[in-house]
Amino acid sequence: MSWHAPRNLDEALALLAERPGLVPFAGGTDLMVGRQTPACGRQYLSLARLTVLRGVRETASGVAIGALTTMTEIGCHPYVCRDLPALAASARATGAIAIQNRATLAGNIMNGSPAADNPPALLAYGAEVVLMSAAGSRRVPYEDFHGGYKQTVCRPGEILTEILVPVPPPGARHYFRKVGARRAQAISKVSLAALLVGRPGSWECVRFGFASVAPIPILARTLAVAITGSDRGLPDDAELAIALSRDIMPRDDIRSTADYRRRVAMNLVREALAPWTRQGGSNASA
Amino acid sequence: MHDDDRSGAVPFKEAPLRKDGTEKVRGTARYIADVRYPGMLYGATLRTRLPGGTVVSIDFDENIAWDEYVVVTAKDIPGVNAVKMIEQDQPVLVEAQYRHAGEPVMLVAHRDPQALGTALAAIRIEERACDEGPVFTIEEALRPMTRQIVAGNVYRDYCMEKGSVARALGEPCHVFEGEYQTGAQEHLYIEPQGMIARVEEGVLTVEGSLQCPYYVHAALVSMTGLSADQVRVLQCATGGAFGGKEEYPSHIACHAALLSLKAGGRPVALIYQRAEDMAVTPKRHPSRTRVRLGADGNGRLRFIDIDFVIDGGAYLTLSPVVLSRGMIHAAGPYRCDHVRVRGRAVATSHPPFGAFRGFGAPQSIFALETAMDGLARTLGMPPEVLRARNVLVPGDLSPAGQGIEGPLDMHRVMEEALEASQYHAKVARCRQWNAQGQASRRGMGIATFYHGAGFTGNGELALRSRAGLRVSAGGLVEILTSTTEMGQGMQTTLSEIVAEALQIPYEGVCVARPDTRDVPNSGPTVASRTCMVVGRILAQAAYKLIARLRAGAALPSAYDYDEFCAACARLHASGDVATVMADYQHPVDSQWDESTFQGSPYRSFAWACYVAEVEVDTTTGEARVLDFTAVQEVGRVVHPTVAAGQIEGGVVQGIGYALFEEVHFGTDGQMANNRVTNYIIPTSADVPPIRVLFQESRAGAGPGGAAGIGELPMDGPAPAIINAINAALGTEIRHVPAMPEHILAAMDRGHL
Amino acid sequence: MTVSCRFTVNGSPVYGHFAPMRRLLDVVRAECGLTATKEGCGEGECGSCAVLLDGALVNSCLVPIAEVDGREVTTLEGLRTDDPLFAAFAASGGTQCGICTPGMIMAARALLNDCPHPDLSEIRRALSGNLCRCTGYTGIYAAIRAAAGQGGE
Repeated sequence: MSWHAPRNLDEALALLAERPGLVPFAGGTDLMVGRQTPACGRQYLSLARLTVLRGVRETASGVAIGALTTMTEIGCHPYVCRDLPALAASARATGAIAIQNRATLAGNIMNGSPAADNPPALLAYGAEVVLMSAAGSRRVPYEDFHGGYKQTVCRPGEILTEILVPVPPPGARHYFRKVGARRAQAISKVSLAALLVGRPGSWECVRFGFASVAPIPILARTLAVAITGSDRGLPDDAELAIALSRDIMPRDDIRSTADYRRRVAMNLVREALAPWTRQGGSNASA
Repeated sequence: MHDDDRSGAVPFKEAPLRKDGTEKVRGTARYIADVRYPGMLYGATLRTRLPGGTVVSIDFDENIAWDEYVVVTAKDIPGVNAVKMIEQDQPVLVEAQYRHAGEPVMLVAHRDPQALGTALAAIRIEERACDEGPVFTIEEALRPMTRQIVAGNVYRDYCMEKGSVARALGEPCHVFEGEYQTGAQEHLYIEPQGMIARVEEGVLTVEGSLQCPYYVHAALVSMTGLSADQVRVLQCATGGAFGGKEEYPSHIACHAALLSLKAGGRPVALIYQRAEDMAVTPKRHPSRTRVRLGADGNGRLRFIDIDFVIDGGAYLTLSPVVLSRGMIHAAGPYRCDHVRVRGRAVATSHPPFGAFRGFGAPQSIFALETAMDGLARTLGMPPEVLRARNVLVPGDLSPAGQGIEGPLDMHRVMEEALEASQYHAKVARCRQWNAQGQASRRGMGIATFYHGAGFTGNGELALRSRAGLRVSAGGLVEILTSTTEMGQGMQTTLSEIVAEALQIPYEGVCVARPDTRDVPNSGPTVASRTCMVVGRILAQAAYKLIARLRAGAALPSAYDYDEFCAACARLHASGDVATVMADYQHPVDSQWDESTFQGSPYRSFAWACYVAEVEVDTTTGEARVLDFTAVQEVGRVVHPTVAAGQIEGGVVQGIGYALFEEVHFGTDGQMANNRVTNYIIPTSADVPPIRVLFQESRAGAGPGGAAGIGELPMDGPAPAIINAINAALGTEIRHVPAMPEHILAAMDRGHL
Repeated sequence: MTVSCRFTVNGSPVYGHFAPMRRLLDVVRAECGLTATKEGCGEGECGSCAVLLDGALVNSCLVPIAEVDGREVTTLEGLRTDDPLFAAFAASGGTQCGICTPGMIMAARALLNDCPHPDLSEIRRALSGNLCRCTGYTGIYAAIRAAAGQGGE
C-alpha cells in the first residue's frame, strides 16, 4: 500500500513514468468500494492537487472538460447544459448528489464499467480523450478507447487528462435516457444517448451510444449505417432491430435480462427517432 | 401531481414531541456500533458454503499466531446447541450436519478488526455435500423423491374451514381461479445487526440491536445453561427492524456470548457488515397461493377456496406462526358462508425465512385482492363494487367465524378512499389517457383488507405479559416494559397513554431502557400489539398507581400535576413501594380453536382501503406510482404524527415489495444481490404523494379504543398497485415484485 | 505506510498520521469520537455517513483520509445548535429509527445552503442518495419545508 500525492502534472507524470503500476485516484467513488478486494495492496496516485485537470473550457471546436471535473460541475455547467445537454443529463443521473460531488468524468471513463452513465453521451457526441505521459500526449477517439471488458487503450505511464467534445450544430436532436432499477441512485439496465442531425434521406450525423448492452460502452455503428444508408426515409422497425442486434451483446445479470435489454434498447432507439417517425422531421432536443 | 403530502394527516402541531426525537436528530442516540469498551475484541463468523451437507474437518493455517485469537466451535457451547424458538431445531453452531449455506460453524475474535480477515482466510472448513441436490422452490420441496429436509418437506399443514366449500362447488356460480406468487423481501433496516457481549460482575451481559429482549434472554439462558439472573440483555437504540430483529438477534447474541465467555468475559463486539447481514438473516417468506372464488351473478361471494404455501427455508423458526397469520387473513374482510384455507409451510435449502412486518398476511392478501379483481373482470363488475358488495359489516361472521361488532363501518372506509383519491374521475381520466396512444398507460387499483392486532387467539394468554410504572420522588413516571423502540414511536405512544391514564402532562412520563434486569417481560415487540396490548396493561398499571397514591400518599380525588408530584414525594418518604406492575387480562369470552382456526383470532382489527394510481411506461415497462391513498379505521389515533409515519413508511415498503425489491438467490441458496447497490428499495425520487386518512371508531381493545397499526400498511400497497397495472395494461400479472422485465413480457401476452 | 494529514472537523484542527485509504467515516467516528455519522452500507449507497467536505455533501465512507488533508469537514455535531432542521425533523415525523437521520439532515442542510426555499421536486432530488426505510420520506419532506419556513402550517 502506498499513496503518492504529486503537486503538479509534471510531477505526477514523472512518478508515473517511474512507477507505471500506480493507480490514479480521482473522486474515488468506485475505488473506495473495491478497496478491500484482493487488490488492496495497490499503490495509488492521488490526482487531487492537479487543479489544472479540473474545469470546463470552450475551445475553437467544442468543449474541453478536465479529467477531474465532477459530475456536479458538469451537470450544471452553462456550456455543457447549452451545447451538450445529453452529457449534462447523464452527469445528473450518475449516483446521487453526494456521489456527483466527488465522482469525476475521467473516473467514470477509466473505471471501465459497461454500465457507466456518461460514456453513452461521449460516444454520441464523438468525444476524444487526451492521454498524457512524461513522453508527451496523444488524442484518442473515445469510441476506440475501451478494448474489452474493463480494458482501455491507456498505456502504462499515461493518464487521462482531458475530454474534448465537439459542439453539435444547431438544430441537432440530443437524446439521453437511462433506464435503471429506480429513478435515482441506480445502475443502468440500459442507457442510450443519441445525436441526430439532419433528416431521413439527408443525415449529417447519426450516433447512438449505449451502456449496459455489451461488455463495454458501445457506439452502434451498424444501426447508424442502416439509418444513414436508407434513402427512402427511416428503415422500418424490423430493419432497425436487425441492425441493432449486430451492435449489441446484452446478457443476463443480477440487474436485468438480455431479453429486456435488447427490447428496451430498441424501444429507446425508436423513442430517439420519434420526431421523424411522427412527422417526418422536427428538431426536438433532449 | 399533488404537493400537499400531508393532506388528511392531523396537523402535527397538536401532538407532543417524539420522546426519542431529540437524541435522534442530534445524533446522540447510541446504537450498538457506537458502543465501545476498553479492551474490546471484534468477532467474525465462519460459515458453511454448500446448501446442506456435513462439515468434515476444520484446518488452521499454522502460519497464524492463533494464540492471539479467540476461537469458538460448537464444542464450546456449555448448554443446548440450539437457538431457542418454537422448536429447538436450529443449531447455534454447526457440529457436523447442516441444512443451508451460511450456517455458522466457527467464531473468531481479535483485538484488531483488521486482523480478522487474515484469520478467516487461514481457516479451511472442509464440507461434503448431501447426496441429493438442494431444494430451492416450493414446487421442488413438494416433489416426491427429493431431499427430505424434514419428513415430506412440510413443517406444518393446517386447514381452516367454515361451511363447506365442497358443497358450494356443486352449486352453479361464476368462478375465478388464479395462482399467485410473492418473492422474498429483505428488511434492509439501515442499521445492520450487531451485539456486544461481556461478563460484568459475574453476569453475562449482552446488548445490541434487537426487538425482543426476552427472546434473546431465553436463548442465552438455554445456550449457556446459566440461570436467568446470570444473564442480562439490554437494548441499544435500534436502527430499524420491521421484524428482521425478532429472531436473528438471538443467534448473534449467542455467538458474541460464546466468544466473550471463552475470552474470560472480555467485551466482544459482533457487528455484521451489510453483505453478511443480507446474506444470512431471515427475509419475508416467499409464497405461492392458489385462489378459487365463486360468486353469484350479483357478485356475492359464494365460496373462497385457498391453498396457501410459504417457503420456510431450512429450519422451522417462526414459520408456523407466520403461516397461521397468513391463513387467517387469507380470505380477507369478506362475508362468505363457505371458506376453506389450506396452509402449508415447506422446508427448502434456503436460510430460514422469518418475521417481517405483516407476518404472512401481505402474501395471502396480495393473492386474494388480486384475485378479487380477476373475479370482478369475470363478472364484468367494477372492482370497487364487487368489494363493497362483500365487505364485512356489523352482524356478519368473519371467515374465522368471528362476529363483527359495530360501530365499524367498512363502507365508510371505502367511500372515503374512493373520494379522497378521486377514484371515479381518475378511472375515467385513465381511460381517456390510454385511448390517446401515449407512450404510457395509466390505471387505478384498489385493495380492501384488515389486519388483526396482537398475538393470535390464545397467544396473548400464553405470553402473560407484564408491564409497570415507577415513580420518582419528583413525580417523574417511568414506564417499565420490555417493549422496544425501533422507530415506530412506541416511547411516544405509550407515554401518551400513561399520561392520559394518570392525568398528568406527557412530559412527566418517560420510558426506561429495556434491560431484562430492570423491566418485566411484556412480550415481544411484534404483531401490532404494543399500543393495544401493552398500552392497555400500562393503563391498568396507571390506575393501580393512582390507587396507591390515594391510599398511601393522600393524592386528592381531583388533582393537578403539582399535587401528583407532592403525593409521589410522600409515597417515597413513607418508604412505600414506588413501582406498580400490571398483568395482561385475557377476555373471558374470547374463544379460539387452533385445530380448526375458528373463533376469535384477534380482539381488534384495523380496516383499510388503499387506492393506487399507477403509470406504466410502455417503452421500458417501468411502473410508477403517481398517487397513493391510504384510508384506515384504526380505532383511535393516539399520536397523529407517529401514526401517519407508520402508515407512510409501511406504504413505501409495500411499494418496494410490489415494484422494486427482488431477492436473487445464488446457486448456494443464499441471497446473491446482497448489497445495497443491488437490492433496490425506493428512494425519495420514487415515492408518490401519500394521502393518509384515519377513521376512529374507538372500538379497538386498546386504550381509548385503539387497535394496532404497525403491520396494516404493508398489506395493501402490493395488490392495489398490481391491480392498477393490470387495469392500465389489460394484463394478468399475478406476482410481486412486478419488475419492468415482467411487465414488458406481460404486455406482449396482452398484445398491447 | 501512513500519511500525515491536517484538517479541521467542525472547526477543530485534527493532525495525525493515517493509513491513506482509511475512510473519513472511520476517522470521524473512531479518532474524533463523533458517532452521529453512521455506517449503513459502506459503499456510498445509503447516505447514512454523509458529511460536508468544504461545504459539499459527500459520503464519508467513500473518502480516503489522505484526500481530506487541508480541508474542512462538517459532521452533524458541527451544525449550528439552533439549526431549524433539528426541531423540524423531531416535530414533523422526520425521524423514526433515527439511523438515517444524521445523514438526512446533512443532505437537507446542503440543500438549504444552496437553495433556501426548495420546492418538493428539489427536495426529492436532494435526498435521493439517502435511503430511509421507516418514514416513507413524507415526514422528512415536511420537516425540510418547515425548516425552510414554508411548511408546517
